Amino acid sequence: MTFRMIFRQFRRSALATLVLMAAIPAVSSATTKVQKVTSKSGIVAWLVEDYTNPIISLSFAFYAGGVRDPVGREGLAKLTTIMLDEGAGEMKALAFQRKLENLSISLSFEVGRDQFHGSLRTLRRNGDEAFGMVGLALTRPRFDSDALERMRASMLSDYLRNSRRPNYLARRAFWSAAYPDHPYGRPVAGTADSLQAISAADLRNFVKDNLTQDNLVIGVVGDVTPARLAVLLEKAFASLPAKQKKWALPAVVPKLQGGVVVRKFNTPQSVVIFGQPGIARRDPDYYSAHVLNHILGGGGFTSRLYSEVREKRGLAYSVYSYLWPMQRSALYLGAVATQNKRVAESIKVIKQEWARIAKDGPTTQELASAKKFLTGSYPLRFSSSTRIAEMLVGLQLEGLEADYFEKRNSYIQSVTLDDTRLVARRLLKPDKLTFFVVGDPTGL
Amino acid sequence: MIARSLKGHALQCGAAVLIAAPLAAPLPLAHAQTRDGVHKGVFNPKTFTLENGLQVVITTNRRAPVALHMLWYKTGAIDEPAGKSGIAHFLEHLLFKSTRTLKVGEFSRIVSANGGRENAFTSWDYTGYYQFVAKDRLPRMMEIEADRMANLVLANQEVLRERQVILEERRSRIETRPESILWEQARRALFLNHRYGRPIIGWMHEMEKLSRQDALDFYKRYYGPNNAVLVVAGDVNVDEVRRLAEKYYGPIKRIAVPPRKVLREPPQRVERRVVYRDARVRRPSFGRLYYAPSYNVGATQYAYALQVLTRLLGSSSTSLLYQKLVVRQKLATSAGGGYSATRRGPSHFYIFASPQLGVSIEKLEKAIDVEIARIVEEGVRKADVEAAKRQLQDLAIFARDSIRSGANAIATSLMIGRTANDVEEWPTRIGKITVEQVNSAARHVLQRQKSVTAVLLPLRADITTKGEASQK
Repeated sequence: MTFRMIFRQFRRSALATLVLMAAIPAVSSATTKVQKVTSKSGIVAWLVEDYTNPIISLSFAFYAGGVRDPVGREGLAKLTTIMLDEGAGEMKALAFQRKLENLSISLSFEVGRDQFHGSLRTLRRNGDEAFGMVGLALTRPRFDSDALERMRASMLSDYLRNSRRPNYLARRAFWSAAYPDHPYGRPVAGTADSLQAISAADLRNFVKDNLTQDNLVIGVVGDVTPARLAVLLEKAFASLPAKQKKWALPAVVPKLQGGVVVRKFNTPQSVVIFGQPGIARRDPDYYSAHVLNHILGGGGFTSRLYSEVREKRGLAYSVYSYLWPMQRSALYLGAVATQNKRVAESIKVIKQEWARIAKDGPTTQELASAKKFLTGSYPLRFSSSTRIAEMLVGLQLEGLEADYFEKRNSYIQSVTLDDTRLVARRLLKPDKLTFFVVGDPTGL
Repeated sequence: MIARSLKGHALQCGAAVLIAAPLAAPLPLAHAQTRDGVHKGVFNPKTFTLENGLQVVITTNRRAPVALHMLWYKTGAIDEPAGKSGIAHFLEHLLFKSTRTLKVGEFSRIVSANGGRENAFTSWDYTGYYQFVAKDRLPRMMEIEADRMANLVLANQEVLRERQVILEERRSRIETRPESILWEQARRALFLNHRYGRPIIGWMHEMEKLSRQDALDFYKRYYGPNNAVLVVAGDVNVDEVRRLAEKYYGPIKRIAVPPRKVLREPPQRVERRVVYRDARVRRPSFGRLYYAPSYNVGATQYAYALQVLTRLLGSSSTSLLYQKLVVRQKLATSAGGGYSATRRGPSHFYIFASPQLGVSIEKLEKAIDVEIARIVEEGVRKADVEAAKRQLQDLAIFARDSIRSGANAIATSLMIGRTANDVEEWPTRIGKITVEQVNSAARHVLQRQKSVTAVLLPLRADITTKGEASQK
């Protein structure tokens, strides 16, 4: 527990990794058989029927995130996520939330730079009410002023707390340097000034312009037949506006030119965020890059960064790297935290590993192990109905087909040693790998 | 509970589990409804014990062809000798080193090459290790987990390097987070005698001196089949698990587990206050820990009622503290509370709040005291108790959805000396709680002389209330 834990955020935190997960995603079993269901008015959802428990999990997303915050109104999309359940229709905040709780319905929203996610979990017996509540929240949110001021104060308070947290400071430094003139560089959670500037009209406009049918993807898992789902979809989504407001986001290459940027902060351990330009999700080399990253700094306790930084030198508790593809740009990111007097060594080792794998690629043995892990662990993702629903949304956001779950492992399997060497040379740019350090480091 | 490694977002909320019990433990259980609407809590676990004392629990969930293999030891920070704080957690890290047959790092390479995800965690009451794998990989996981139960080999150089890692872990979890520093001290102040007052990760000055021998001593004393529970969840059946468990774990010899010295708390008679000022703090916060019974210690008859009270008082934005302090009085930006009964020793009930900009901690604290006093004097409403009970019972149905929640709930129960049946019965027992019991529990626990108030403040007085920015 921390003091600042707010349940509302707590509920949502599970979705934070959704984008990454979707990017990584494959497996054949009855639980992954995907059907496309279309409602009377044309709302399409991808469905996996699962009658194990009397539960329905709905996940949905709009292509509209923090990048659509107007300049000077940063934090608008995020504030919208925490305002949608603060009353809708005839129900004010307390009545709305009580109804959710009394029916044991979980409804939450989450936003990233590119996407706006919603998540619903309900007992089958309350399906009608639950999908109806989604519809109300999306189309008739009240945005009452007392609720708005309460949520604004909460976000402002979070902003102020974060502004003295090394992790936040390092991330902000990274993103604003990578995208100085692009919406990707702006803070999704807003700033003290931008949060003050947001009005109820801004919230209404954000909802009307972005939370629209042409902008929506839906995944459903659980105790629901296709016919029944078609009815439920109408309740939740039929009243949304048909079309989003026209809008374009330019493609952008992150301005990362290498080096180490230090922000002095009096704390015993330096936090480091590092990164370089990444690779698009739809790039033909994406799977090779994904395998390569697993070897260099991916999950588990076997990567080169883990071995060199943590296991062999005791420099950090946590060190990792990951691909972060976005709609209109791509990053290759990583993080480490090391005591001030040794953090220079961590950075040196990471640079060396980056250069070493860029030059030589992985070994045959490493490639074989990585493929075994990535294919063998794929079924583990299908561990709850909520997770599978999120994955269904992830597939659609990435433009993948409904048979992806069955095919995904073959994409990993087909990656060759040459593929990984080529992508290592093409993707990894040790001279562009830029480090942002927050702390009081020695020797940097 | 401390996991061996946490990434990204997880790292940021990792401190949560240092104080609260593992979230998975107290809530989740589940099952079908009977006609009267009361849930019969049932993960339907099957259990048996090998001749060497290893208890085995199986919960079946056939959603995907996977198996969760977990080995839980009935030991944790509670068993650490004086001066060796952190050794239980340090040993957990060291179990990933080498054995008589596996070289350093080989354990994780095997798990990984079998497509497995793995980790480990340490709490005051228990230490656990798990691998999550495709079900046909279960035998290999059992083989290597059984191997490190009995055949750990530690090279001094490896131990010293890993010690650097846990020191970095302490820096990440505690030293760089003012709120964690405060909570660590608050716990220390709450427990007058019990070892729950010592941090799981250890005090820095003691961690720096932990040795290979300390780790091996702890290992030999507590790691053995008769001091452990094996949990296998997922697409598995009892006969197969029994055959595998007998093959891999069966040959390991019993150990002589030393009897645990039960440290009882003296009466809690003095209200305590801990205040921490830190230049890194921009916004103050308020918290309070009340000494409370668990399922095992103290006024245990209140253990279930306190879970209902928690739901009413502080578990969501419709709860009393949030509604009064944040919504109506507009004194706070967040407010709530929590409690876990799943402890071998005593537990605590906590509340927290963050003041609005412009509101002093003193003013907020007064308002909290008024609300707490009101609950103690006037009690809660019967209708609210009934609603809270239904919601808690419904959580049990949702808990069945994930493979992990049943395994965690049952294992945790066994770790603290309770049974799988206690988990199965949870919804029924919650269903029997009356408003009178909730009110008695509130009166019993919410007493200032049994509490520690914890306050986090910025160093500079001028940003205490206004949150003025020194930088943007």
